Amino acid sequence: MSEVLAENPVLSYLRQDRLPHIWCPGCGIGTTVNCFARALKESGLDMNKVVVVSGIGCTGRVAGYMNLDSFHTTHGRPIPFATGLKLANPELKVVVYSGDGDLSAIGGNHFVHAARRNMDIMVVCVTNFTYGMTGGQVAPTTPIGATQTTMPYGNFENPFNLPFLADACGAVYVARWTVFHVRQLARAMKEGLAKKGFVFIEALAPCPTLYSRRNKLGDGVDQLKYYKEKSAIKNGADTKEAALSFQGDIIVGKFVDRERPTWLDAMNRHYSNVFQGKYRPYGQPYGVSNAKD
Amino acid sequence: MKADPKGVLTGVHFMDGDHAACEGALAAGCRFAAGYPITPSTEVVERFASRIPLIGGVFIQLEDEIASSIAIQGAVWAGKKAMTVTSGPGLSLMMEHVGLAAITETPCVFVDVQRGGPSTGLPTLPAQGDMMQVKWGSHGDYEIIALSPNSPQECFDLMIKAFNLAEIYRAPVFFMMDEVVGHMTERVHIPEASAIEIVERRWTKKRPGEYRVYESGADLVPEMVKAGDAYRIHVTGLTHDEKGYPVMNAAAQGKMVQRLMDKIRLRKDELVDVRREALEGAEIVVVSFGITSRVAGRAIAEARRKGVKVGHLRLVVAWPFPSAVIQDLAKRVKAFVVPELNMGQMALEVERAAFGRAPVVSVPHAGGTVHEPQAILDKILEAAR
Amino acid sequence: MSDSEPAKKGKGAVFVQAEICKGCSYCIEFCPTHSLEFSQEFNSKGYHYPVLAKPEACSGCDLCGLYCPDFAIFGVRIKEPVKKP
Repeated sequence: MSEVLAENPVLSYLRQDRLPHIWCPGCGIGTTVNCFARALKESGLDMNKVVVVSGIGCTGRVAGYMNLDSFHTTHGRPIPFATGLKLANPELKVVVYSGDGDLSAIGGNHFVHAARRNMDIMVVCVTNFTYGMTGGQVAPTTPIGATQTTMPYGNFENPFNLPFLADACGAVYVARWTVFHVRQLARAMKEGLAKKGFVFIEALAPCPTLYSRRNKLGDGVDQLKYYKEKSAIKNGADTKEAALSFQGDIIVGKFVDRERPTWLDAMNRHYSNVFQGKYRPYGQPYGVSNAKD
Repeated sequence: MKADPKGVLTGVHFMDGDHAACEGALAAGCRFAAGYPITPSTEVVERFASRIPLIGGVFIQLEDEIASSIAIQGAVWAGKKAMTVTSGPGLSLMMEHVGLAAITETPCVFVDVQRGGPSTGLPTLPAQGDMMQVKWGSHGDYEIIALSPNSPQECFDLMIKAFNLAEIYRAPVFFMMDEVVGHMTERVHIPEASAIEIVERRWTKKRPGEYRVYESGADLVPEMVKAGDAYRIHVTGLTHDEKGYPVMNAAAQGKMVQRLMDKIRLRKDELVDVRREALEGAEIVVVSFGITSRVAGRAIAEARRKGVKVGHLRLVVAWPFPSAVIQDLAKRVKAFVVPELNMGQMALEVERAAFGRAPVVSVPHAGGTVHEPQAILDKILEAAR
Repeated sequence: MSDSEPAKKGKGAVFVQAEICKGCSYCIEFCPTHSLEFSQEFNSKGYHYPVLAKPEACSGCDLCGLYCPDFAIFGVRIKEPVKKP
């Protein structure tokens, strides 16, 4: 065994006094956080201005492990909390980091509206197809046929195709990668951090304890092997085609990368027209105006 | 510190309570509001939306009250003073985030323009049926502060107090209007900014590394920082320690919850704000709040003409409840009469504080209109017999 | 993942913080040069952790570090052999 001679490059992005984390062996959430830390490192952003907001659930614990200003909010509500943060101080780079159940079930309404408004936040959604923290219940992403404790005879509900949803609602950046695609995921997160507007990055991740085991899919590595085998990289793919099925083909890639005015830019532009010189642009996070106090 | 003149519409105005409440918030330094349309409160945010662009701040109409009640908390942690505005059905949706504000000690103001309930009830007609909900509505144990204005002028004045109290105690503060107060138009005097005292957020002077987000001193209220200031804070709705880190055990829970309660309970005397009228020598004391206090005034005048010695105690701060004031009166009065636009909510508190020393006569009303003064008068006369 | 592999095999080393490893084996499975294997010993939580079984093969690409969900391993490229302090 090698001794620790140097510091892991991601450790300074983590609250080391809280490690080891609570996630199970082979849980993919930690790998996404690893990618996120690398993205932060390469982003060139001032880490004192990056804020991470989580909801509730296994992925909801991410905020607590990041060595950033971090907020662990209520179930499904990290997006409106993040909206308040961003609008109150546009200088902040606000990242919402939460799970598929949190963001698309209980928080689904907030998700679609923040995308519609093009709120300037980056949303990382760790999709593990289940509610891990509560013991493996059916999620809005659970593929038809997969068994969960509240779908004991197999899921018969149609799942969300989250990239399609984000795209349809107006997100300016939409990507999906799996925890097998670590370099691509880290790159997407880096791009997302640099992007202005509503960014949606879905990271498919194994839940060995509750999703894989109940469905007899082996452990985390088996799930990563499945991702490797069945994933096809299709950048620019029509998100309509990106639906997932139980252990079926996976389309990954950067699907959407476009420009739309953010909510705040639209507000500033509109009020500048309406009020002319009387209006002082609010926030000016991206050099909208050079006006100073 | 003094109010920022940009938000203060100094002068004498003829405006309704909803608009006056908005002006109070602006004068208090509120620069972020989020809300969802709901009668009879919407005018507050409509005015905010029209006023804020040139003052410098943000209004956003969100997808629901759940979002609104947490967006304001995000705004607070980014450094703004913030409020959300709603009425009963929206308040029910916000309960989740009342608990969040309590446990994370986020200073913010919830304006509730009360209407008849339960459920959709009477959207356009008054009630005071949310008094217990704001006290007990979210799960678990915590303390809140609630104010009850009875005129447009008070909607202005007390709103400033509401924002100040939120900062002093770092707790959610409820502004308990009702449909009549919200829609009644009266003279509102807005003073010069220099005459308005504002409590600034209690920013820490400690440096990153020294500062612990939930460490508190003698008054049990922690100092605050905001996101982006290099403190790298962690704030969670889970039970937490002084560092803000989750701790899942009974000892941490006991310590945290006790402090959340004590920071208000132990200083409850400082929070007492009641209007006393003719309490000396009164045999009957009418305890009222909000619009009902004005209706009660007429019944009280009539009772006095009939020779009954009636005093009037009006709750300006309804929560924490001024138990000591009631306890003191209970020793020397014959009875309390408690008219309210609900089926007897605060009457229970008066009863609790009176502790059997004086009977409490409730004058309930399901809402939809204010009491007939006669109904209150009848109870005063009955109690005096 | 071809873009992640170094063009030529330089020398590398990995650092393992055995105590926070949960034995998921992502690093072992996806090491491009198959340099890692499980330890014989357990850590205090009862997990086998990775060890560098073929140090000569390690390129220091740090893919193990990127895969690790527990932040327990990372790789470095070295110009000179690692000296123990």
